[in-house]
Order: sequence, then structure tokens, then C-alpha cells
Amino acid sequence: MSGWQQNLIIAPILIPLLAGALLLFFDERQRVVKAMISVVSCLALVAIAVSLFRFASYGPERFEGVYMLGNWPAPFGIVLVVDRLSALMLVLASILAVPTLVYALARWHAAGAHFHSLFQFLLMGLNGAFLTGDLFNLFVFFEVMLAASYGLLMHGSGPMRVKAGLHYIAVNLAAALCFLIGVSAIYGSAGTLNMADLAVRIGEIEGDRRMLLEAGAAILGIVFLIKAGMWPLNFWLPAAYSAATAPVAGIFAIMSKVGIYVILRLSLLVFGQGESAGLGLNVLLYGGMATVAFGTIGVLASQALGRLASYSVLVSSGTLLAVLGLNNGMVTAGALFYMVSSTLTIAAFFLLIELVERGQDAGASVLAVTMEAYGDADEEEQEVEVGVTMPATIAVLGVCFAACGILLSGLPPLSGFVAKFAMMTGMIGSGVATDAPIPASVWWIVALLILSGLAALISMTRAGIRTFWASMEGTVPRVLVMEMAPVLLLIAMTLALTVQAGPAMRYMEETVNGLQHPATYIDAVINARRVGVEEPGGPEGGGGI
Amino acid sequence: MELVLAIGIGIMTGSGVWLLLRPRTYQVIIGLSLLSYAVNLFIFAVGGVKSNAAPVLGEGVDISTLTDPVPHALVLTAIVIGFATTALFLVVLLAARGLTGTDHVDGREQPK
Repeated sequence: MSGWQQNLIIAPILIPLLAGALLLFFDERQRVVKAMISVVSCLALVAIAVSLFRFASYGPERFEGVYMLGNWPAPFGIVLVVDRLSALMLVLASILAVPTLVYALARWHAAGAHFHSLFQFLLMGLNGAFLTGDLFNLFVFFEVMLAASYGLLMHGSGPMRVKAGLHYIAVNLAAALCFLIGVSAIYGSAGTLNMADLAVRIGEIEGDRRMLLEAGAAILGIVFLIKAGMWPLNFWLPAAYSAATAPVAGIFAIMSKVGIYVILRLSLLVFGQGESAGLGLNVLLYGGMATVAFGTIGVLASQALGRLASYSVLVSSGTLLAVLGLNNGMVTAGALFYMVSSTLTIAAFFLLIELVERGQDAGASVLAVTMEAYGDADEEEQEVEVGVTMPATIAVLGVCFAACGILLSGLPPLSGFVAKFAMMTGMIGSGVATDAPIPASVWWIVALLILSGLAALISMTRAGIRTFWASMEGTVPRVLVMEMAPVLLLIAMTLALTVQAGPAMRYMEETVNGLQHPATYIDAVINARRVGVEEPGGPEGGGGI
Repeated sequence: MELVLAIGIGIMTGSGVWLLLRPRTYQVIIGLSLLSYAVNLFIFAVGGVKSNAAPVLGEGVDISTLTDPVPHALVLTAIVIGFATTALFLVVLLAARGLTGTDHVDGREQPK
């Protein structure tokens, strides 16, 4: 099958690229035009991601999800690959982009220059990283994404953001250099950068070359772990995420998942079987557990809501890493469900925090311990907002806040519970089925998962009481409908995920099943048919320089 | 030649890492630049060090006299991206200097 469906594969990269470039032609004052272009691009991305998701869910037998750029065959040319996992990530990125963009349109997009272009380029980098089939293009798309994120992080300026941005950029530049070292070590030992080709060749590599390859892969792994925020590589993350403006932090919720995506992809495709099987799984397991512990302590210790949300990102990443380290199919399917649920939750929470904190004076939001001392200070309204005060603002905010708390702590009835339940059933249930003793590490993970949920519950309750019940003298925050709707939409999506948990889990299980049998992926990439070429012969000539 | 290249990469990486860990923003950016030169040379070296060899495969050309063109392509891309991100970082450093009044990476001087 070829034709328009296959050409659709490159659209998630081209659309934001073109939209971002087009936006540069308009002056900053033409906000309506810029907003229109941006929204149209994001909606188009949702439509395309959903259709790719549907095609991918038919399975590789019916949809050949390989796009060869310039019609060059796979190991030589660049390929884009859509399978269930990349389609899932594309959908997640695009449905996260729409609410955050709408939220930004209410006021944040006017806080600095080129917000919309940077936002589109960030989406391009994200989509490219999910689609690419070779390691070097992964680097390129990572850099596109990061370069845009540098700009977005410092959107709105101010000493706090610039300071956090400085650390963030320094860490990520160093990580980019590690990326290059890892990629070139892999190329030097395996002679290929195409992931499918690498998976084929890894079986034939012996001795010193294998050691170089594994060292390269480990260096590459460190880069993705920095991105995912594994302890002790994550000290930049809380500062950066809590300093960013609300919509930016919302879309950043998926950026830490890019690292997880690549780790999942490479560990199952390249290091799924053979001599190097299970490379670094222990690092993931114990590092992930340490991250959960670190994040939990951070959640308990946070006074400001922004930091609480940032540490929740760490808990979410740590949970995913630890669970992926178990390398158990059922558990991984639950982890994918958890990834979708927690990304939506954290994004909603970041957006909500800014609305909630608007009602408080600056002192209260910085340090609750000293709140009493600050409480007597003048309660001046800091910024005069344009817009209507929603009559039930506090009620709606409170319900959303409670929903976020339930989702973060993994209590029933929302999807956070379903996700944690799925993971734990996979972990403990597998032992029951085979009558084998459950390893101690599994009990540790289960305990950490429950404790991190409890910590989230305690912190959220404490923050909620302080914000909604105790602040008698606080003013009702002025919230625009345009700002409330995205939060509600994100929470509604987690609700939909809860209701449709059955079909969603089946999709995740099929995804993991596909990942555990990489032969289909490899075959699809290596034997992809070229357009307009009858027989798979050699390349059509020397190629010009 | 391999030895010279390896020593060169090693010295640049060592200096780069040391400078990266220094507290002044100027030292950090010079450290990152040195590291990126070292990495570029490293990418160049993984294709095998050869002199006087063309990366173009033609009729009757012996494979052993051929140099691998892929690392060349990679290193070009890496140079471009590294250059752009370094320039961007420089702007951020200047902004931080302007906003905080110090060139310390933490935005404030350490207490003496």
C-alpha cells in the first residue's frame, strides 16, 4: 500500500516547519493572524496524528509505515517509520499542543517575541524524534526540539527564567556532545546508523567492536536519561520546569517523555535479543527507583506549586524508567498507559497552577512556611487582568485541582489509578501465574509506587487546603474562559482514558507485542518498496555532489 | 597520525570538561566550544584516519583507498548545529550578565 497514506507520514514534520517559517513573516503586532496560523497548524497535526494512529493500529500487514526520503532504500537513505508506538507518541504530542496553545493565546503569547514560531519548531522536533528511523536524524530532531525549548523556556524573560535557562542550556549542550560521541562510536563499530540495520548487524559484531558499540550505546543512554530526568542527572529539571511560563511547562511535560520513548525503542529493537540483550536494564531499574524516591521527597518538601509539579514530572519519569527496567511485556503496556495518563495530568496541573496562584499574593506562593509573616503585608492586587470573573471560578478551579490530585496520587476512579493498577498487576500477577517467587526489586517498585502516590496525596491536600480553604482574605482570581477550557479539556481526556481503559490497554498491549518482535519493524524498513521502482535493485547511480 | 589525533582529542576534551565545571560563564562557553571541537574530531576519526583518499566511489577505484563519506556528512551537520547552539548560548549568557549583574553561573557571587 502506498500513495497518499504514506505521504502523510512526513506531514507531522513539514506542517509545523512551514507554519513556523510562515509565522516569521508576520510582525509581532499581528497577533490574530499569528494565532490563527498556529492554531490551524496544531489542529491539522491532530487530524494527521489521529489518522496515522488509525493506520498504524491496522498493523504492519496492512499499513506499510515507512517513508523513504528522496526514494533512497533504507540503509543508505533516511527513513521515517510509523509503528504503533510512534503513532501513539504523535497523538499524545498533538493533543497536548492544542490546549497549551489555546491557553497561551489568552495572554502568554504576547509576553515575548516569536512564541508561535518556537512552539511550532518544538512540535516539529518532537514529531521528528518520534518518526525518525535512524540515530543521526534523531540527533538533529533532538537539537531542533531543544533549540526551540531554549527560546520557549526563557519566554517572558526575567532573572529567574534566564538563570534556569542558562543551566538548562549548559546541561543540554553537554548532553548533545555526548549524543554525538555515542552516535559516532556506534557508527565506528557497526558501520550503520539506521536503527533497523543496526538491529540486524549487532548480531555479527564481535570482540572489541562489540565493546565499543556497547560503550557508545551507554553514552547515548546517558543522554536520554538526562532528558528523562533520571537521578542523579536531573537537578536541572525542577528549576527549569518551575521557572517556565505555564503553557511552556505544559508542553514540556512531553519533552521528558521523548527520552523514555527512545530508551524504549532502542532497548527493545536493538538490545532486545542476542549477546547484548538487556544492556543497561539494571541501570534503568535502580536509577528509576532512585528517581522515584528523590521525586517523592521533592514532592513532600515543595512549598511552591510549580516545584511540586516539577517533582511530579520526576516521579512520573522515575516510575516509567524503573518499570521499563523490569522488561516485562504486561508491565510495559501498563507503563505506556501510565505515560499517556501522567503526561496529560502534569500538563493540566502546570496550566492550573498559574490560574490558582493568581489569587494569591507573591509571598504566599513562594514560601508557605513564612506565609504568616507575609500575610499581614499589603494585599494589593498585583496585576489588573482584562476579562470577566467567572462566577464559580473558585469552584471550577477547586474541582480541577482535586482531579489533578487524584490523578497524580493514583486514586480511583481516574486514569492514574487504572495506570498504576495495570503496572502492578503486571508485576505481581506474572509471579502468581508462573508460581515463581516475585523478586525483591518488584516489591521495592510496588512500595515506591504506593509511597509516591501517598506523598503526592499529602502534598496536594496540603496545598489545596492552603489555597482554597485557608485564604479567606485572598481575592478571587480573574480567569478567562479561554484559560479554563484547556485545563478542563486535558482533564476530560484523562476521564475519556479512564472510560475507554479497556480498548486503550489493548492498544498498548499490541504496541508492546510489536516492540517485542522487532523482526516485523526491521523487515518493514529494510524491504520497503521504493516508489516507481519495479524491482529492488541497486541505487540509480553515483549521485551528485 | 592516529596518535597525534588521539592526544589532541584527549587534551581538548580534558580542558573542555575542566572549563565547563568552572564558575564563570565565559569559561563555560569556551569549555563547551573546546568540547565540541574534540567531538567533531572524534566523529571525523571514527571513519578511519586516511590521508589523500577521496570519498567518491567510481569505476575501478580500489576500496582500500577510499575514505568513508558518512562521518564527513555527520561532522558537517554537527559543526553547524554546534555553532548555532553556541551562538544562542552566548546570547543567553549576555542576558544573564545584564539581568543579574554578575558573570557567575548561579547569578550571584559565592560568599567569601
